[in-house]
Amino acid sequence: MSAGRLRVPARARRGEVIEIRLLLEHPMENGFRRDTLGRAVPKNIINTLVARYDGREILRAEFGTGIAANPYLAFFTRATASGEVVVSWVDDAGLAGEVRAPIEVG
Amino acid sequence: MIRAALLLLALCATLAGAQSPPPRSGLDFQGDDIRRLQEDDFANPAMLWVERGAALWREARGAAGKSCADCHGDAASSMRGVAARLPGWDRRLGRVVTLDARIQACATGEQRAAGFAPESRDHIGLLAYVSLQSRGMPQRVEVEGEARAVFERGRELFMTRVGQMNLACTHCHDLKWGRTLLTEKISQGQPTAWPAYRLDWQAAGSLERRLRACFVGVRAAMPDYRSDELTALQLYLARRAQGLALEAPGVRR
Repeated sequence: MSAGRLRVPARARRGEVIEIRLLLEHPMENGFRRDTLGRAVPKNIINTLVARYDGREILRAEFGTGIAANPYLAFFTRATASGEVVVSWVDDAGLAGEVRAPIEVG
Repeated sequence: MIRAALLLLALCATLAGAQSPPPRSGLDFQGDDIRRLQEDDFANPAMLWVERGAALWREARGAAGKSCADCHGDAASSMRGVAARLPGWDRRLGRVVTLDARIQACATGEQRAAGFAPESRDHIGLLAYVSLQSRGMPQRVEVEGEARAVFERGRELFMTRVGQMNLACTHCHDLKWGRTLLTEKISQGQPTAWPAYRLDWQAAGSLERRLRACFVGVRAAMPDYRSDELTALQLYLARRAQGLALEAPGVRR
C-alpha cells in the first residue's frame, strides 16, 4: 500500500464549498527512463484515483505519464452532510492506496 | 562639509569591514512557484519523507531493539537546534560529524542495527525529520579548536578548481551569484534548506547528493558519500551560512 496525505477541513457549514487537498507518494515511472545499467524501467504510474464523500463518488481521475512523481491534487466540493472523505487509488503494479478523513457538517 | 566627510569616512569603513555580503537563502534565487511549494507544509513533497522519519523515530530497530525515542524522547524538544550546530566536533567520536554521521553512529552503535544506505527513504526521512526540528533557527557552527583543520580543508576544497570545466565552488557561488546560468539564477550555495525535495530528482535528497551533482556539473570526479571531503565541505558551507535561518526541508528546482 502506498502512502498519501489528505487534508479536508475538520468542520464546515452546510452548503459551504470546501477544498480537498491530496499529496500522494508515488514515483510515477513513465516507462521512458533507463536505470544506470541501461535497462528500461517499466512504466508504473497511478492509473486511477477515486474520491468518495459520504459514500458518494465526487471525483474520478485517470492519470497519464505526464504527471510528476508524488502527485499533488486539490479540488473543491460542497459540504452536504457529516461523513468521511475516502480517496483510493491503484497503480500499474496493482498496488492500492487509501487515505480517509472525517468532516463534520453543521 | 565636515559632516559629509565624516559620513563618507564611515561609509568607507563599513564597506571595508564587509568582506563578504550577508548570506542569502537559496530560496531568494528560486521562482514564486518553488517558494509557494516550500512554504506550504502540506504541498511540500519533502514532508512525505518527514512523515517517514517521524515514524522511524519511534520504531525499535536493531539487535538492541531500541528506537530513537527511547533515548531522545520527543524530537520536538530533544532535537531542537541540533541541525543548526552541525557539522561539528563530536567529543565521543573524536571527529567532525555531520548530522548524517551522528545518526549513523547512533544506528550502528546504540541500536546495533545496520546503518542507513545513502539517500534511502529511511535515511532522508530521518535526516529531514531531525532537521525540521531546527527550522527557523540560525545556523551556528563552531570551527575553532579541534574542528579547525577540517574547516580549513573545506575552505580549500571550496576554493580549488576541479574537473574539465576547471571551476571551483567559489567561482559561481561567491563571484557570480545572482547572475543567470541557462535558465537558473545562480545561488550563493547555502546549505540551509537541505535535505530538500529537488524537482529535478523527483525526490528528496541530502546535501551530499546535491554537492555530488555540482561535481558532475563541472565534470569532476564525485567524492563518495560520507567521505572526508564532503564532510569538510559541509562544515565550511555551514560556517559560511552562519546566522542564516534553517529552512529544511526545502524545495529546489
